[in-house]
Amino acid sequence: MERRSQREKKKSHRKELLLQGNEAVVEGALRAGCRFFAGYPITPATEISEILSVKLPQVDGTFIQMEDEIASLGAVIGASLAGVKAMTATSGPGFSLMQENLGFAIIAEVPCVIVNVMRGGPSTGLPTFPAQGDVMQARWGTHGDHPIIALSASTVRECYDVTIKAFNLSEKFRTPVILLLDEVVAHMREKMVLDDQEEIEILNRVKPTVPPEWYIPYEDTPMGVPAMANFGEGYRYHVTGLTHDIRGFPTSRPDEIGPFIARLHRKISQHFSEIQIAEFYQTEDAEITVIAYGCVARSAKRAVRDAREKGMKVGLLKLTTIWPFMRSSVEKVLQTSKILIVPEMNMGQISREVKRVNRGVAKVITLNKVDGTIITPPEILNRMMEVS
Amino acid sequence: MSEITKLIHKYLRHDKKFPHVWCPGCGIGIMLGALIRAIDRIGYEKDEIVLVSGIGCSGRLPVYVDFNTLHTTHGRALTFATGVKLAKPNLKVIVIMGDGDAVAIGGNHFIHAARRNIDLTAIILNNSVYGMTGGQSSPATPYGMKSTTTVYSNIEQDFRISELAVIAGAVFVGRGTVYHARLLDSLIEKALLKKGFSVVEVIAHCHTQYGRQNRLGSAVEMMEWQRDHALPVEKALKTKPEELKDKILIGVLIDKELPVYQDEYEKIRERAKEAAITH
Repeated sequence: MERRSQREKKKSHRKELLLQGNEAVVEGALRAGCRFFAGYPITPATEISEILSVKLPQVDGTFIQMEDEIASLGAVIGASLAGVKAMTATSGPGFSLMQENLGFAIIAEVPCVIVNVMRGGPSTGLPTFPAQGDVMQARWGTHGDHPIIALSASTVRECYDVTIKAFNLSEKFRTPVILLLDEVVAHMREKMVLDDQEEIEILNRVKPTVPPEWYIPYEDTPMGVPAMANFGEGYRYHVTGLTHDIRGFPTSRPDEIGPFIARLHRKISQHFSEIQIAEFYQTEDAEITVIAYGCVARSAKRAVRDAREKGMKVGLLKLTTIWPFMRSSVEKVLQTSKILIVPEMNMGQISREVKRVNRGVAKVITLNKVDGTIITPPEILNRMMEVS
Repeated sequence: MSEITKLIHKYLRHDKKFPHVWCPGCGIGIMLGALIRAIDRIGYEKDEIVLVSGIGCSGRLPVYVDFNTLHTTHGRALTFATGVKLAKPNLKVIVIMGDGDAVAIGGNHFIHAARRNIDLTAIILNNSVYGMTGGQSSPATPYGMKSTTTVYSNIEQDFRISELAVIAGAVFVGRGTVYHARLLDSLIEKALLKKGFSVVEVIAHCHTQYGRQNRLGSAVEMMEWQRDHALPVEKALKTKPEELKDKILIGVLIDKELPVYQDEYEKIRERAKEAAITH
């Protein structure tokens, strides 16, 4: 009897759930402290809105359906400036509309998370079919020279982990973080264990500790990230999408513009090790390495297992961080690999980055599919056998 | 110290690089003065005010005043303001827009903020033109007038911004001019005190662009035009329709009660929590 109650007690902390990727994003967001969501319905991201409309008010958070995706990201930025962790979720067409305010969040250094569940494009494209066509849009979609962080996931559990990571990075580096999911991972259901006792690191923005009259809202720091005051907490300052000086006021002085833009880049580039996440699967002795992300990484892993059974020396480099591009990880697999295979559900976006880093060292083989269907393990395996 | 000096000391940002960007004779300063006087009379703390703006001449207004200030993207001020207000309902969020900002690029956000009845005050400076970019026609440029993109004459009808706000569901709409500064003070004060989406349309002149291209004279002459063409709404009711043709109705156009978004959302939170317990 006693043992049973103990077991039940233990069980109450371990929740076994059958979750969709989109549902796991919601769980991750709530765990990370997200208390504001603004969005606009769009397939295949809509479940995130629907579930948050139910769950956010239960925890004194706010859900609002806006008139479009431009408004959604605007509201998210406003909420974040007022001190509440905020997120939006969309797909390609909505992500296109968000590019304007994405740039605002970058230049004004406002933490927020943008989920883009990729579907086939361009334009309305293939609303219910998977694709990975927005990789370069995530990098360069908004105008101007800017850094960006974009993360991906290939399992339901990763959707949860990476959402928390996205909030942490956005808070720590005061920058928008893009979650680049695909329709397969977002709609797929997998068992996921949620452990209430698990130690999950939750990061919050650094607030100013100086008195308001000493506060310099955009001052440079060793981290490159200035302390962030929330609206209404006594630190009255100016936030603008114009290029600004360290006090936040618009400037047209070259000696202020240059260092500001340099700092925006530096605050990301000097923290690559914290931002970049990759998984190396059987790459130690791999002569052929597959580089993949999202749902394609699942097929690639299976293909690697099957190839290993045939005695082939192959491995997988799975990219969780898409941007900034994981140069060092690619260089690591280049130490053993003579051939890199980059399967993608686009015409070749990350493969260009791989080629740039490769600089002719290995042979880079692409495997592209843009017909709305996934890349299967046999397709990757066949390509391995063709090239080996 | 005179009243105006006290207000300048209290509310302007002395560490900002003055002078401001506006042309000599511009009406935006009068609107800013009216806003500051209204805020001072009501007695808001500077920390609780969030002043949000879009892009254009009016968009530059917040940088000069010592509140929490947010200069957003073109037309999107209301969306940012919505996020600020919902995240921290105890803040007083005021949105400054121009005519192009509010009813061209931001037209959709404007009607939806009004429909939702979010507790915000939107102040729209209507000078009939895109001033900062050099005098192009806006949705508020009247038919037949000239601009740098309608040099042969504007063939489109203009939006009536206040009437649009009324139809879209704003609970308070007032229209004034920068000539009638005291009326403007009281309209802004009423709008700030109103719970729900309140709008004040401020008819102003852009003598530098619109006035020059249409030969309307100096800032003073354009303000005299405002004096001669403005008609209080109370008087309009007793005026024959044909005499109202070239008149601008000023005063309170609507003042009504509708459920306010934030109050309604509080009820949603209660219902959501009850649902969470029963399931």
